[in-house]
Parts: sequence; structure tokens; C-alpha cells
Amino acid sequence: MAEAKTTTAFEPWTDPNAVPYIEIRNVTKKFGEFVAVDNVSLNIYKQELFCLLGGSGCGKTTLLRMLAGFEEPTSGQIFIDGQDMAGIAPYRRPVNMMFQSYALFPHMTVEHNVAFGLKQDNVPKGEIADRVAKILELVKLGSFGKRKPHQLSGGQRQRVALARALVKQPKLLLLDEPLGALDKKLRESTQFELMKIQDQLGVTFVVVTHDQEEAMTLSSRIGVMNHGRIIQTGTPTEIYEFPNSRFVADFVGTVNMFPGRIVDEDNDYVRIGCDEAACTIFINHGVAAPPNAELWVAVRPEKIHLTREAPADARDNCVRGTVDGIAYMGDMSIYNVRLDSGKMIKVTQPNLIRHSEDTITWDDRVFLHWHASSGVVLTL
Amino acid sequence: MKQKSWFLRGALALGFAFLYLPILSLVVYSFNDNKLVTVWSKFSVKWYGVLLQDEPILSAAWLSLKIAFMNATLAVILGTLVALALARFGAFRGRALLSSLATAPLVMPEVITGLSLLLLFVAMEQFIGWPAGRGTLTIVIAHATFSMSYVAVIVQSRLTGMDVSIEEAALDLGAKPAKVFMVITLPIIAPALLSGWLLAFTLSLDDLVIASFVSGPGSTTLPMVIYSKVRLGLSPEINALATLLVGFVSIAVLGAGLLMARQERLRQRDVQMAIAGNK
Repeated sequence: MAEAKTTTAFEPWTDPNAVPYIEIRNVTKKFGEFVAVDNVSLNIYKQELFCLLGGSGCGKTTLLRMLAGFEEPTSGQIFIDGQDMAGIAPYRRPVNMMFQSYALFPHMTVEHNVAFGLKQDNVPKGEIADRVAKILELVKLGSFGKRKPHQLSGGQRQRVALARALVKQPKLLLLDEPLGALDKKLRESTQFELMKIQDQLGVTFVVVTHDQEEAMTLSSRIGVMNHGRIIQTGTPTEIYEFPNSRFVADFVGTVNMFPGRIVDEDNDYVRIGCDEAACTIFINHGVAAPPNAELWVAVRPEKIHLTREAPADARDNCVRGTVDGIAYMGDMSIYNVRLDSGKMIKVTQPNLIRHSEDTITWDDRVFLHWHASSGVVLTL
Repeated sequence: MKQKSWFLRGALALGFAFLYLPILSLVVYSFNDNKLVTVWSKFSVKWYGVLLQDEPILSAAWLSLKIAFMNATLAVILGTLVALALARFGAFRGRALLSSLATAPLVMPEVITGLSLLLLFVAMEQFIGWPAGRGTLTIVIAHATFSMSYVAVIVQSRLTGMDVSIEEAALDLGAKPAKVFMVITLPIIAPALLSGWLLAFTLSLDDLVIASFVSGPGSTTLPMVIYSKVRLGLSPEINALATLLVGFVSIAVLGAGLLMARQERLRQRDVQMAIAGNK
């Protein structure tokens, strides 16, 4: 299974014959009048690392808890490995979950925490000891077995929680904001560790997160959620470069949005008039949108070039503005540029040169321009 | 250190005096040789000797301890069940009713509790023949009905403060609900159960009113004996008994305090260790 990932691209969702490991069919969950999850259908395949991404209250955690069996869907069905999960208690599901709060048993040592799940399955004592030792080694906590959870740091607790969920070798591992409580450096190293572990053990992961960066680095696919619905499902690249709506474009990464109308179109191009940009936006492919409908063009900050001189071909995709503010981030700088129409635009530029006298600075008059393939037309 | 003002010192002294002077005078007079409680003659421990010879008092004390023990155990079991229902079952029909009924005995005048229980016991004896007569059993039941409320309040607050996902994690790892309760929930709320047990124990030990209503012949508790003796006139023997009780309670409280302080110190050290060992 593992070599499938290295030799050819791992994309079971593109294969019409692939059987999904998790099938969520028209699942709705209501709490009283409040609709937490609204008619969600989703297929997740074996060995995927699927991220449910969304803001707080978007229903992502409720969906996860329905997979774990802590909530029952109000309507709809969930299949795991072909089996209908309706009415099946959490302790009978082939699923383990890592909780946001880690939920370690405070009165047990690290070893006993990790061994707990195996004891419930009546695994022989010797085997329990072996498997616990092995999994603690994997999460680099080999020498911490005798400690109690409150004697551990946040990062160590997180790894205990992971080990406890992994030691039963579940077919499906659910992770609720797994890296939420860690500082930035620790998050980054843990992200890569998680991916390595997933590669080694071949487990299917479903991760819930509100952190788009986490979702981008971890996942094979992302499902962006809002108000209980899945807005878009796709690989990180698809989500970032080809968002299907203003919500997704705005939620994942930063984006500059230009409202406008089609003024000229053909099969292989479209030209959009935009009052705020004071220029026409040219896009080098056709768009399926009714003429004269209102639409939006999204342009990512890193795809905009910033120059003092006008670019050579400056009919389309070129706006003038004044630098209003600069945020220096080290590897790059974020420019806030005020267009002549008053609209603020964000542009990021890599700091390629260590020190330069001639960098663009505050109050400079600048040209902003981007390639014909950079704009994304959104109709929603 | 900054010098405290005479006002604060005075307030402190007054507060201590108000709280402890009555007990102190009781302790002092328990060592009085004179037969009259209010007249000091000379130091003596003779009333302690008299006390240890006093069969009715000793048997009443033993009965009170037995009742307190049984009551505390029963109250912890019932109170924990109520607390579980209130803290874990979410919304259910009659939740508000259960919640207010469970806490009603906390504010109910003892006379009313005692009287109503007496009426109930009498009626039950007439209709189903149980409990046959009044005695130790009825006192235990009566005490448990009001002290379980205290336990319920204590345990409920502990359950509410506990992270529910700990129980969910145990379920998720394959433990059935009953097992989760025994292996995970109980150990975590054990301190609350212990303090509930101790509270129920002391509540039962010093209850006079309710016990007077529901006791029968031959089941006289210590507070009832003390009360009836005092009505006949103050006796230095009671002073000696009270001093022993105060000493007993003080040692218990002090011991519990020291134990808790030690645990807190250990925990602090563990936290320091975790921070130091964190790379």
C-alpha cells in the first residue's frame, strides 16, 4: 500500500472504481432548532489524511464526533468500511480519537494511559507491554512511561494522546485540533512527525482544524466547511489555487477580491470590467457565467508584482496605487497598497536581496500587475 | 515586614476570642475538680475517669459512631447517583424537579424534616410492616436523606468541573460505560466522595433534632444523651466529653490539612520537573 504513494500519485478519489473507506451520506445533525451539520455527503478513502477545515461552530467537530459515535446523526447514514454505523456505540467502532484537550487519564501513568485500550480488548499482558513500549518509542517518549500526565509538558501530553490512540492500530484515527495547544516550532515538527507516522502505519486520518496552514501541510485532501455544509473538497493545491467560492478563497490564505462584470468574452478568454480596480481584468480561459452577471475576481497577494515603472504591456491587469504600509516578515514583506479608487490591496514580495537601497517604501507610487492566469473568477 | 496597625491586631484578637473563648473555657473547666461547673477549685482529671465509667454515654457514643458511619456510606452512594443524573444525563424530564428536591433538605428546617420522616415511618410500618419500630435503622435512613443532599452538591460540582472528554476517551478506547465509571470517573472524583463522606459523617454525628424524632427506645445517640443530661443540670463530665470530641475533631482536621498540603507540595514539584524537563 505504501509504495502506491511513492510510485504513482495517491489519488483514490479520482478513481471511479475505488471503494471509499468512510461514506457519509446526506448526514444532518440538529441540536434542537440549531442545524450543526447540514446534509453533508462525503467519501474518504483508505490511507487518506483528510482535513475538515472551518471556523468555530461550522460543524466540523460535530461531524467528527458522529464518526466516533458520540453523536447520532439526526438523519442520513455513515458507513465505515462498508458497515452502517447507526446505533453502534463508540466502544464497538473500529475508530480511535485523539481529543483536543488530549483527555489523558490524570490518575494513571503514561504507560497505563497507553495500555488502557489494549486492556479493554483483553490483549495478553506480555503483548501489551511490548506494544506500549514500541509505540512510546515511536512518539519519542520511551523514558517517560512511569510519569503521570501532570508531570509532562504540553507537547509530551499531546504525544501520549497520539500514542494512546495509535496503539490499538485502529483503521481510522480521528484527530480534533491535534496541534492546537502547541507553540509554532513544536507544531511544525509534530506535523511532519504525524505525516511520517501515517506513512509508517498506513492509518486513515480524519483531522479537524481551524488552522488553514495545518490543513495545507498535513492533508491529502481538505473539506472546507461553513455553517454545517461542506463548501469545497479538494487537494490543498485545488483549494488554494482553484477555490470555488468567495468563502473558500477568503478562508484559505489571503486574497484580494475585485467585484466586476464581463465586458468581453470568447471561448478562450474573458475580460472583466471592475470599477474598484480602474482597469479591466483579463483571464486566459473561458468562464461559464451568464453575461452581465455579477462576479468576483480573486487574486492572491503573492501573485501580484509590484514595480515603480509601468510594465511593458499594461492594458489589462495593471493598477496604480500608493504604498500605505509595509510589514517586514523576514523572508518576505507584506505591502498594503491603496489604489486610486481607495481600495486596499495586499501584496507579498519575497525579500530576495539582503539589503537594497532601492526597495519600494512608504508613499511610493507603484504599479500592481499580474499574469492573465492569476485571477480566479468566482460566481458565488 | 510592615508593622500591622493596632486596629487589625485588635480585630484579629477579637475574632479569635469570639470563636474560641467558649471552647477554651469548656476545655479549662473540664479539668475542674469541683462538682459545680462554674466554681473553680483545683486541677483534676477525675471527670475523665467518671466519663469512662459512664456506661450510657459510652454506648451512646458507640451507637452515634456506627450510625454516622452507615449514614455517610449510604449518603455517598445515593448522593453520587443524584449527582451523576444531574451532571451527566443532559436534559431530561423532571431534571429541574430532581435538582430542587435534591437540594431542598439543605434549607428545610430540621424540625419539619424530622416530623415528616416520623410520619412516613409510622405510615410505612402500618401498611407494609417495614421498618418495624424505630431505632438505629430509621435514624440512618433519616440522616441519609438530608446528608445525601450535601454529598450530591459536592460531587456534582466535581463532575461538572471534570473534562467529559476523559470519559469519552475511555469509551472510545473500548471500555463499556459501567467500566468507564468504575475505572475512570470514580478515581477522578474520589476526593469529592471522601470529603462528602466526612461531611455526612459529622452531620450525622452532631444531629439532635432529626434523631430525636425518629429514634426509638434503646437507640439514644450521643447528642441526645448530652442534651438530656444538660437539661438536668450542668455536669463537668459533659465538659470532659466535649473536650475529647473537640480534640478528636481537631486532630482529624489537622491531619487532613497536613495531608493536603503535602500533596500540593508534591504536585508543585512535579510541575517544576515537567517544565525543567521540557525541551
